[in-house]
Amino acid sequence: MKHRRVVITGTGIVSAIGMNTQAFWKNIVECRSGIDVYDPTLSDQIRFKHGADIKGFDASAFMEKNELDLMDRFAQFAVIAGNEAVAAAGIVFNEDNSNRSAVICGSSIGGIHAQENAYVELYRESKSRIHPFTIPRTMPNSAASNISMQLGITGPVYTISTACASSNHAIGNAFWLIRNGICDQAIAGGSETPFTYAFLKAWEAIRVVAPDTCRPFSKNRQGMIIGEGAGMVVMETLENAQARGATILSELVGFGMTSDASHITKPNQKGAEHAMKLALADANLAPDEIDYISAHGTGTLANDSMEVAAVRAIFGTHANSLAISSTKSLHGHALGATSALEAVATTMALQHGIFPPTANFEAADEACNIDVVPNASRKGNIRHALSNAFAFGGLNAVLAFKKWEE
Amino acid sequence: MTEIIFEKIAALLSSKKELNRELITVESSFEALGLDSLDSIELIADLEDEFNVTIPNADLQRIKTIGQAAEGIKRAMDA
Repeated sequence: MKHRRVVITGTGIVSAIGMNTQAFWKNIVECRSGIDVYDPTLSDQIRFKHGADIKGFDASAFMEKNELDLMDRFAQFAVIAGNEAVAAAGIVFNEDNSNRSAVICGSSIGGIHAQENAYVELYRESKSRIHPFTIPRTMPNSAASNISMQLGITGPVYTISTACASSNHAIGNAFWLIRNGICDQAIAGGSETPFTYAFLKAWEAIRVVAPDTCRPFSKNRQGMIIGEGAGMVVMETLENAQARGATILSELVGFGMTSDASHITKPNQKGAEHAMKLALADANLAPDEIDYISAHGTGTLANDSMEVAAVRAIFGTHANSLAISSTKSLHGHALGATSALEAVATTMALQHGIFPPTANFEAADEACNIDVVPNASRKGNIRHALSNAFAFGGLNAVLAFKKWEE
Repeated sequence: MTEIIFEKIAALLSSKKELNRELITVESSFEALGLDSLDSIELIADLEDEFNVTIPNADLQRIKTIGQAAEGIKRAMDA
């Protein structure tokens, strides 16, 4: 069967560097990081004080009270980003297309604010009752379900939880559903809101968070910085997009996923290599057709050197000609949402011909000897790009994108 | 004091990781004992609780042997 072509026609963003795609992309191009001191009422008892949280977020500016009451923060973010993506795409869901439409969302932890609030009320405040919406707010599928309900989408709607690769798995699954004729259009991406006391304590305990900022690929990098946000894309068949005269932002051309099957936290070069190789094969691309890689680039010692070694193993001498950067240095590591933010950044990079920068870069590391677009974005033609996600649990998901040209 | 800390480490590792106490020396590296990065993080967390100290992440990354772990805890206690 000949594969159907799948294009991205809308994007939506909620992030520490912008509450819509336009603001997000502007801050990436200008290399303005959203990493700062996070809420001091949380950080007081936590060893790391910096994060990329969204300060002053007011859900009531985006939705009615009866809607937001049913949603935890992560679902609110997902709905807001989803609405932006749908409006940008100009797509309408109705009885003709709703059951051929999908919503696939990624999240590591779902409604953790509602969950922790309930625990505080029960265990600390000794209350005997908790809020009756605790279940609908907590369930990780509530983001996808709320988008589905708001838009009347009745086809496949589900949530993927693969830690920091969740959104790439979500986007990749949606891509394959459309390419293989199961659906004609989808909203896919992810959302995450990790700034709760117990969850931050868990990150403190596992000791991978940097004390100041995220410096991917830099010699003095000390770890990741936690972020929050949501990214969503509208994707559809090329045929549909052209028939309705939609503006096409990029083409999704490949997806690869693997499991390291080795260690629960330590990255594995072979698993990362294999995922990139599968994405290239799925896209029918040769390595030298890739001009840009949106890195997983967490800023940990272990990930970044492993990722560069994996890129060098797959791309050979072409690794000296391509650029690789980590926008986590700007929007933080938004865990299950991060690869959705990066998929949107990659789409913008292809559309505008601009390589996103790696911020906070200070000194070259021999183990990361590659062009990481340090501290300033750069113009250049990007024909194809990969976006990497390598999650705890050893789960890898890589997307391949193509610049859209008539 | 470092000797007391070493004895505590040896006791923890032999009970929690089921290691032969005889094999645990000051010079033993985590790697040689078959312990990975998560095991060392867990050990340091137990020692932080036991001795009521905090080991910064940057110090943790330099701790590769049992002796270095004991010295790290001693330094934190003296700080």
